[in-house]
Amino acid sequence: MSAMKRRINIRMSGLGGQGVVTSAHIMAMAASKEDKFSISNPFFGAEKRMAPAESYVRIGPEKIYDRGELVYPDVVMVFHPQVITMGKSYTMPFYSGIKQKGIVIINDDIELLTDAEKEELDQMGILVYYVPATKMALDIAGTELSTNMAMIGSVSGLTDVIGMEALDLALQDRFGKKYVASGGTATLDEAIKKKFAKKEMLLQKNLDTIKVAYDRAKDYAKSNNYIPAVMA
Amino acid sequence: MAGHEGNGMPQIGSANKKGQIITDPQELFFLSPRSQAFLTGSEVIKEAVKRASVDFSVAYPITPQSEASSLVGELYADGYVGDYMRGESEFAVMGECAGGAFGGARVFTTTAGPGTLRAFENFPMWAGSRLPIEVVFTVRGVNSPLSIQPDTLEIAFMLETGMLLWHAETAQDLFDYILKGYIVAEKPEVHLPIGVIVDGFFVTHTKDMVMMTPENRALPHYNPYASPVTCMDMESPPVRMMRDPFVMKSNYISYMTHASWQLEVRAAIERSRKHTIPLLDGLIEVENPDAEIMLVSSGTAVSQSREAIRLFRDQGVKVGLVKIKTIRPFPEQELKMALKNAKHIFVPEFNIAGWMAKEIKSILPDNERVVAGPHVAGGMTMPPEIIVEEIERSLALKGKKELIHG
Repeated sequence: MSAMKRRINIRMSGLGGQGVVTSAHIMAMAASKEDKFSISNPFFGAEKRMAPAESYVRIGPEKIYDRGELVYPDVVMVFHPQVITMGKSYTMPFYSGIKQKGIVIINDDIELLTDAEKEELDQMGILVYYVPATKMALDIAGTELSTNMAMIGSVSGLTDVIGMEALDLALQDRFGKKYVASGGTATLDEAIKKKFAKKEMLLQKNLDTIKVAYDRAKDYAKSNNYIPAVMA
Repeated sequence: MAGHEGNGMPQIGSANKKGQIITDPQELFFLSPRSQAFLTGSEVIKEAVKRASVDFSVAYPITPQSEASSLVGELYADGYVGDYMRGESEFAVMGECAGGAFGGARVFTTTAGPGTLRAFENFPMWAGSRLPIEVVFTVRGVNSPLSIQPDTLEIAFMLETGMLLWHAETAQDLFDYILKGYIVAEKPEVHLPIGVIVDGFFVTHTKDMVMMTPENRALPHYNPYASPVTCMDMESPPVRMMRDPFVMKSNYISYMTHASWQLEVRAAIERSRKHTIPLLDGLIEVENPDAEIMLVSSGTAVSQSREAIRLFRDQGVKVGLVKIKTIRPFPEQELKMALKNAKHIFVPEFNIAGWMAKEIKSILPDNERVVAGPHVAGGMTMPPEIIVEEIERSLALKGKKELIHG
C-alpha cells in the first residue's frame, strides 16, 4: 500500500447488529498494525437491532486528536439500504458533509439514489461504488453477519489505506481473544461464534470475505483508472 | 507511602496473591517499562484497576460506563479486586462505597450522567467523612430530552462537593489518573474522595493508543491507619458527628464546627496540589504560551482545540492552548500566569452552561478577554472547523480581523 500523506476520515452508517462498530475498530486496529495513527469510535442510541448506528474511523500519518461524530468525512460507507431508503442515518442526506472527490460505498446491487442526489454527488466528483456485501457474506461465509467484512474489504481495496496483512492481524486480535465492547457486542460475538464450528473457521471465512471484496474493489479501481483523491 | 506492617498486606517488593509485585508508586509511574496497547477507554479502566490494589468495587449499569463496571467484575472473578458487588441503584452504590471506605478499604466505582445525579447526596458526605474513594465519571447528558451521549454538564454539579476532580483528555490520561489519583487522594493531609472524569464515548468507546505499566506490578495497598480521621471510631469525627450530630443542638458551636470542617475539606483540596504537581507534571499543560489567542479547556475539548490549532497553523496563525488537568484543585495561579499575555481567551466546552468559562472568568484579571465558546451539547460533536469559525467570527466582531488573515 502507498504511504499516507494526509488523514482519511471514514463514516460508517448502518443498522444496529450489522457490525458497524466492529468494522471501525478493526480498521483502526489494522492501521495501527501498519504504524499509522488511528482512532475509532461509535455513536449509537440505546442498543437495539435495526436502529441507526454509526461509527467513525480516522487514519493518518500524524497523531490524531479529533474524535466524536464525523461531520466532514472523506468516505461514507452505507451498510444497509435502509440508511438511504428509510433515512436511518444520523444526518440527512446520508452523505451530508462529505468532502469533494470523496467516496460513497453502498451495500446493494441496485441503484438507490435519486437523480438529484446522483447529480449533486457527481458535481462534487464523488465516486459512488456499489457492492453486494450481504450477498457476498452469505456466499462466502454462509452468514449475513459477515456483511461488515465485505464492507471493510471494499473500502481498503478502493482507497489502499490498509493492506490485507494488517486486516488479517486485526481480525485475529478482535475475534481471537475475549473482547467486550458492550453488552450488545458480547451477545453478537456469541451469536457469530455459534455460526462457525471452530474459531479458526470463523477467522478464515471472515478473512475470505474481506479478501473477495478487497480484490473486487482493487479490480474496479484498476479497470476504471480510479485514483482515490483521499490518498493523494 | 507509609508501610502498615503487621496487618497482613503485602509490602513493597513482595508479591500479592496474583503474583503482582507491590511497587513504589514513583518507580511504577516513572521508571518501570511501559508497553503499548490499542484499547477502548473502558478496557483502559480495567487495566488501570488491575494494577491499583483495589479492595472493593460496586457496580451499577448506566451508559457509557456499563462496560467498565462489567470489566471490573471480571477482575474480581480473576482475583485482582478484593470484593465486588452489584448495587441496587447509584444512590445505594455510593452508600455502599462509603461503607467499604469507612471500614478501611480502597474503593473503586464508576458512574455517569443521571447516575451521578441520583447518587449525588453521597459525594459531599464522602468528602466531609474524608473517604478517599475513587469514582470514574464517564460524563454524558443529564437533561431531558434524554441523551446518553457525551456532555460535560454533570461536572458543574460536582464542583463544590469537596472532592478532588481530575479531567482526563485521553485514554492515556485515564490510565494514569486512575492510578495516580489514589496516591494523592490517600495522602493523610489530603484524604479526600477523587472523581476521575472522562468524556463518555469520546474516550470510553474510542479505541486509542495507551502506554501501560507492567501487568505484574501493582500499587501499594491503602493504609487506613494513616487516615487523618480514625477508622470507624465511634468517638471521633466523622462518625462521632453522625452518631450525635451537631444539628441536634442547633447552637453557634454546631454551626461553627460545620463551617470550620468545610473549610478544612477545601484546605485539604489545596494541600493536594504539591502531591499532584509532580505526578501529573503540573496542573495545566501549555502550548504556544506567547500566542495572543489562547484556547483553554479540559477533557476532549482540549483534543478538538489541538486540531483547531493545527488548522490555524496551516493558515500561518499562531494560537496557544492551556489544558486544565485538575478542576479541583482549580489551577488559579497557573492560569493567571499562562494567560498573562493573552489578548483573546476562548473556552470550548461540551455543555450548554459554559461552566468552565465562568470558572476562568472568576479568577482572571481583565476577564472581558474570555469568550465562553464555542459550545455544543447533548452529544453534538465539536469539529475543529467550528472552533476556528467561532474565533474568526468573534474577532471580526471585535474588529480584529487582521489577526486571522494578516
